[in-house]
Amino acid sequence: MKDVTITVNGVEHRAQVEPRLLLVHFLRELAGLTGTHIGCETSLCGACTVLVDGRAVKSCTVLAVQADGHKVTTVEGLANGDRLHAIQEGFWEEHGLQCGFCTPGMIMCSHDLLKQHPSPSDSEIREAINGNLCRCTGYQHIVNAVRSASRKMSKRVSARAAAAR
Amino acid sequence: MARNGKPRRAPRSNGKTNGHAKAAHWVGRKLKRKEDPRLIQGITHYTDDLKLPRMLYCTLVRSPYAHAEIRGIRTDAARAVSGVAGVFTAEDTASLGMVPCAIQMPDLKVPKHPVLATDRVRYVGEPVAAVVADDLYAARDAAELVEVDYEPLPVVTDMQKALSNDTPYVHDEFRSNKAFTHTLKNGDIAAAFKKADRVVKQRMLNQRLAPIAMETRAVLAEYLPGEHRLTVWSSTQIPHLLRTQVSVMLGLPETAVRVIAPEVGGGFGSKLNVYAEEGLIPWLAMKLGRPVKWSETRRENFTATIHGRDTINDVELALKKDGTVLGLRVRILADLGAYHQLLTPLIPQLTALMLAGCYKFPAIDIEIQGVFTNKMSTDAYRGAGRPEATYIVERIMDIAAHELGMDSAQFRLKNFPQPKEFPFTTITGLTYDSAKYQESLKRALQLAGYDTLRRRQKNGWKQGKYYGVGVSTYVEICAIGPSAATPAGGWESGTVRVEPTGKVTVLTGASPHGQGQETTFAQLIADELGIDPEDVSVVHGDTMAVPYGIGTFGSRATAVGGTAAYLATQKLKAKMATLAAHLLGSTPGDITIGRGHLTAKRNKKSISFGELVMAAYTARNIPPGFEPGMEATHFFEPSNFTFPFGAHIASVEVDAETGEVKVDKYVAVDDCGNVINPLLVDGQIQGGIAQGIGQAMWEELIYNEEGQLVTGSLMEYALPKAHFLPEFTLDRTVTPSPVNPMGVKGVGEAGTIASTPCMVNAVCDALSPLGIRHIEMPLKPERVWRAIIQVQAAPKEPEPAIVPALAAAAARKPAQKTARRRV
Repeated sequence: MKDVTITVNGVEHRAQVEPRLLLVHFLRELAGLTGTHIGCETSLCGACTVLVDGRAVKSCTVLAVQADGHKVTTVEGLANGDRLHAIQEGFWEEHGLQCGFCTPGMIMCSHDLLKQHPSPSDSEIREAINGNLCRCTGYQHIVNAVRSASRKMSKRVSARAAAAR
Repeated sequence: MARNGKPRRAPRSNGKTNGHAKAAHWVGRKLKRKEDPRLIQGITHYTDDLKLPRMLYCTLVRSPYAHAEIRGIRTDAARAVSGVAGVFTAEDTASLGMVPCAIQMPDLKVPKHPVLATDRVRYVGEPVAAVVADDLYAARDAAELVEVDYEPLPVVTDMQKALSNDTPYVHDEFRSNKAFTHTLKNGDIAAAFKKADRVVKQRMLNQRLAPIAMETRAVLAEYLPGEHRLTVWSSTQIPHLLRTQVSVMLGLPETAVRVIAPEVGGGFGSKLNVYAEEGLIPWLAMKLGRPVKWSETRRENFTATIHGRDTINDVELALKKDGTVLGLRVRILADLGAYHQLLTPLIPQLTALMLAGCYKFPAIDIEIQGVFTNKMSTDAYRGAGRPEATYIVERIMDIAAHELGMDSAQFRLKNFPQPKEFPFTTITGLTYDSAKYQESLKRALQLAGYDTLRRRQKNGWKQGKYYGVGVSTYVEICAIGPSAATPAGGWESGTVRVEPTGKVTVLTGASPHGQGQETTFAQLIADELGIDPEDVSVVHGDTMAVPYGIGTFGSRATAVGGTAAYLATQKLKAKMATLAAHLLGSTPGDITIGRGHLTAKRNKKSISFGELVMAAYTARNIPPGFEPGMEATHFFEPSNFTFPFGAHIASVEVDAETGEVKVDKYVAVDDCGNVINPLLVDGQIQGGIAQGIGQAMWEELIYNEEGQLVTGSLMEYALPKAHFLPEFTLDRTVTPSPVNPMGVKGVGEAGTIASTPCMVNAVCDALSPLGIRHIEMPLKPERVWRAIIQVQAAPKEPEPAIVPALAAAAARKPAQKTARRRV
């Protein structure tokens, strides 16, 4: 067993874990955050995508011990109180989800994309979510959702910049 | 559980809910979904998210052999693992009932299907033992230590070999691998072929597919002996039917069983079933006196959740030289796998029913043989028999158009029934409710710029470019269905209850799992009662909360379940009018229900919705004979199916050097009758198209001769990814259905049904100047490239002029540049 300290959505979690424990199981079973889903356990579907230190990773193929001392953000950590994150708003407004199972992973993957690349083209969005599978939507409304989020976030950035001046 | 939990953060207004317009007309609006806030925040619960005190985890030991005798099972080492609560085999579960099949046919062979294999395994992935431990990792460790002594037996995976004389039997007791023969004949087929100017023949395969809901299956069960209550949480599309079957399998009174379908992460037919695990996990929970959870791995999902399609089809079409169809003869071999799941033998029969497509066939002759093989069962997968039928009809129509030298769209238009002929009785005996096939096809042709695409195609051929245009016109059978034509009842239940505070609860027997009926039913009921959708809560998926229902499949939830809720609301409105008349000094016929109030037309007095409802509950001033409360239930039995239809057009370019197919345009014009929420209808169509294109282009379950599933992971089984797909152009026509008062038809499967033949038609059309007539799915670059090479190598027959550049290109190996697209 090994002691780990992982900060999840700003809250520090300390636990003794088996070295083989997957990060996704740490999040779901020990931290009690079940918004991160398991779709394949082989990093092919992306349902388990979370942010580790701001970058998207597939938590079904990361060990909890590898995340020791790092900051993890899950879908539960995106909204600010009552205020949804722009990406969550985008998925809601553009009907970017049906069964919702892939959605947390899609949202976290999009979060990484928009951080790296605030104004992606549609084909860049499609390339970026390539590692996340959705069986319900045919992806079109997901692309719309990410595009809508990108515009919203850009507007908010410029509004903040204007306010600062 | 999760279903009833309010979102942690209440959804904010859609910005459309504050008006006090006289008629709100929520129906028809692109309302944002009520279910989404909990889903986009990850604060809801799928079955695997649930955790109960003292809960145990189950892992199943599955057969690595496709066919073998079990000589013995040693479990000592597994039992010795720390944390293991028990290891169970078929000896322990002998009292459990068989995995059920709901289909009854005169000559159907129904094999015994125990939850754990007894003396023999018949497909890779068949459950053999169950290991239960207080930790998932311990359960998996212990499962590795279960030793099963197998004696491998000869395997049969090829349907045609399975029917030969010299073949191993999947089930010795039948002395045959033929499970059934189903025929459907009507009209004078011999005369049709005799007077035909031309007969077009083609063998075509419909490959085996994996449904791949993103949430794999999961079951959690808890038994409380004091209350004598077994609660089963399962990722299912049919909670009530499952409750009945679980009670039968376990020998419990049905009143002691509660099934809850919490959040369900997609189904596509794969959860329209009753699986071994759904009997086994509850049994384990009762046996061990602790809650037990089993969550399927993706590998298990590939091997032990039902598959779809898998038919070999020999098709013959009789035609006049002017393009009029005279008759269709189809011989189908359907691979059923080793056992029957709930509906396995039904699916090919649905294919037979829909083989007339949207055409006027004077005669038809269909024979289907269901065949046992050493594979997982096939069953309902999105479309369930209809995609197979539509593929057959739409491919043979396209091949015929090419042979006759007719334009494929004009050829179809020639053979449609006219709108005035509806309701139209097909040669297979169905009555199509309403349609305007001409309108949807013409709209699609216009949107696609069909004439321009054809001109580009002709010019392209001259330059060695292979453009193709695929046309597919479809009709599907939805709103399943009249009970006389369904195995388990085809009705649906709906309860509408106005609570004392004026908020409305709708209970539906439908069990949505992504389709969005919490929103669409709220829109529907809000319009009827003059209230906001925000004030309507739709409850589903809990057999203790909802009256018996049938479930969500076959594009039925809105057309059958929605109608039940709508008709319950009509009963409620009559009751409200009676009470309002009493309170306002008027007659029920004089009362109108406005937005938030009820008014007596003659004396102009009115009462608010809230006051009226409270009066019904306080019941101090009610008319004689008036039942207190404000609740009504309706069980809706549809008089017919509904028949949505449409036309899809794909424009593709095939790279003759590499076999790669590029889709540059995809146009879909669908008609699902009246539309409640256009946003959700578009979502269903888009997702459906993606799945249908998946079959046409990439997806394929392959069993090798030893019965090993060689495309049994997401690494080998190529699901459509975002960048594989084009942006779809959607439009719709609206032809209301006369079968239900809302005029709705259903839309869950349309996209999948239409898009598969559309894509194959497009690719074959592109390569037609090479003399290529048909390529079997999936149209991966390698397969397309091989087809091109093959015609090049074949002895020369008279053929259309081939561009010299192409012959040279086809002789070369595929270029490296597109290797990344290869799947």
